Amino acid sequence: MNLKPATLSQIDEVITHYPTKRSATLPLLHLIQEEVGFISNEAIEWVAAKLGLQPINVYEVVTFYPMFRQKPIGRRHIKVCRTLSCALLGGYKTCATFEQEFHTHAGEVSPDGEVTVEFVECLASCGTAPVVMIDDELHEKVDAAKAKQLSDQIKAEAQARK
Amino acid sequence: MPAPAQRRIIFQHIDEPGYTNDLACYVKHGGYEIMKKAFQRPPAELVDEVKKSGLRGRGGAGFPCGVKWGLLDKKSGKPIYLVVNADESEPGTFKDRYIMHQDPHQLIEGIMITCFANNVKQAYIYIRGEFPHGARILEKAIAEARAANFCGPNVLGSSYGCEIYVHRGAGAYICGEETGLIESLEGKRPYPRIKPPYFPAVLGLYQCPTIVNNVETLCHVKHIAAMGGAEFAKIGTPNNTGTRILCVSGHVQKPGYYEFEVGKITMGELLNDVCGGPLPGRKFKAVIPGGSSAKVLKFGERFKGKRKVGAEMVDYDWAVEDVPMDFDCLGMIGTMGGSGGVIVMDDSVNMVEALANINAFYAHESCGQCTPCREGSLWMKKISSRMVHGAARPEDGQLLKSVADQIAGRTICAFGEACAWPTQSYVAKFGDEFKGYADAKKTAKPGGVTDLI
Repeated sequence: MNLKPATLSQIDEVITHYPTKRSATLPLLHLIQEEVGFISNEAIEWVAAKLGLQPINVYEVVTFYPMFRQKPIGRRHIKVCRTLSCALLGGYKTCATFEQEFHTHAGEVSPDGEVTVEFVECLASCGTAPVVMIDDELHEKVDAAKAKQLSDQIKAEAQARK
Repeated sequence: MPAPAQRRIIFQHIDEPGYTNDLACYVKHGGYEIMKKAFQRPPAELVDEVKKSGLRGRGGAGFPCGVKWGLLDKKSGKPIYLVVNADESEPGTFKDRYIMHQDPHQLIEGIMITCFANNVKQAYIYIRGEFPHGARILEKAIAEARAANFCGPNVLGSSYGCEIYVHRGAGAYICGEETGLIESLEGKRPYPRIKPPYFPAVLGLYQCPTIVNNVETLCHVKHIAAMGGAEFAKIGTPNNTGTRILCVSGHVQKPGYYEFEVGKITMGELLNDVCGGPLPGRKFKAVIPGGSSAKVLKFGERFKGKRKVGAEMVDYDWAVEDVPMDFDCLGMIGTMGGSGGVIVMDDSVNMVEALANINAFYAHESCGQCTPCREGSLWMKKISSRMVHGAARPEDGQLLKSVADQIAGRTICAFGEACAWPTQSYVAKFGDEFKGYADAKKTAKPGGVTDLI
């Protein structure tokens, strides 16, 4: 694992928060995923060695929690809430709009590698449904029109990078 | 009669222009003064105040907070932990989000008073993974509070020290269950623990005595310390004291969060007067009163029985609109106040599709530890999805019910009930829609109908 020194020092610091090292499993996985983008087998073994665990102890955590992923995703991560309050106000249409805009299906990386659209369970902002998280940012009341607008914005940013 | 006015105690500063989430702003508004006074009192007195207040947990179960604290094993000689349940994962619930994002120091002050009262020297805030900004805001707020000696070593110059750390979850609903949360905090899969023997108050985090309280509950502790338990108990209604935040979502004109004295507002006042009623041209059909696992209420049904008011038993005969929004009244009519998440559905919704949506959620979130829940939630999802996307049969409602009936009561944690109650209540109350779904599907849907599954 080639982690940045800043990440390594955050890792060493967070381990001190707990009386047992094993408790730092989730924080370490978050820190690694934030830097690398996903959790590789190498990362699982690295975390296990760092915390004095068997790789299976880390592997079973990675495979249980929906936010940890074992494959890279698109440059941007679009998470659309699927659960009832959002669905009642058009969450399925919101998700379909993102899928169309980026020629992709939920759970897959778009052909241009720009986005991964994901249909996720409740994001706890039901009063402003339908809601979408793009990377770390929450977007509220995202109907199909606003989904189109957000897609255009992402596309423009991608274009500007080229 | 117009609806009673909101009484904002916890949400006093939420959405207030100019109110920021930093320490300076909080202190300017009198922040940490209550904690300073509380630290002058014997800890046992603070526990008594919370017992006297009658405060019931705001996370879902409504268990009296003071009783929970009273169960703590203080003789074990092991450290005592406080775990703040900030997982806010029950669909329909979105209150703790605003406390943590806009007023994090209110939570920290509540935490510190709770820790001092219970001799806790280490607290963890378990925040759901989907709140990355919330986690950063809390970390910054803790650092500010620590620098000002409101937490950390030698709090307020005393010999008492207490650290608070933020621990992020990673998208699993079951982490809202307190023993699942503890397992997660120990770095494992969040498989709930069996009770007995693993009551957190005795064998919690690292097998030490542990208090697990919801964010809103801990904020109330601050206000109980300020006004005293007896005074707090005068707010709300007997056995349902204080205020609580009701989160309304779905088919109403003005969804959002509203704080009322518990039991002082009825469902009808909340939905019609406060939330502006149904959407134009629509009628209310059903409402889930306390998060998606609570049993659904059908507009038009009536609830009759006897209940205690003061010392007397009186008859009640309520429509859904007449039901006071408190733990006991909602419990009496066969559902629950739960986490305060009110989800409203109007007459555009087909209840088979609504149930299919909820069943997909529970099938996704079952931890898989207990066979009835893992298999049952999956089959309920498969059956209800097949009804919508494949061939629906008149007997499917009964089939769903037979699966649900074999889950509740047969699992380690309350997820079994949480995933069975929607199916049981939808089929019981909207049985005709399940019987007639095949025919309903043949009638072409008008354009623009909202897919739920």
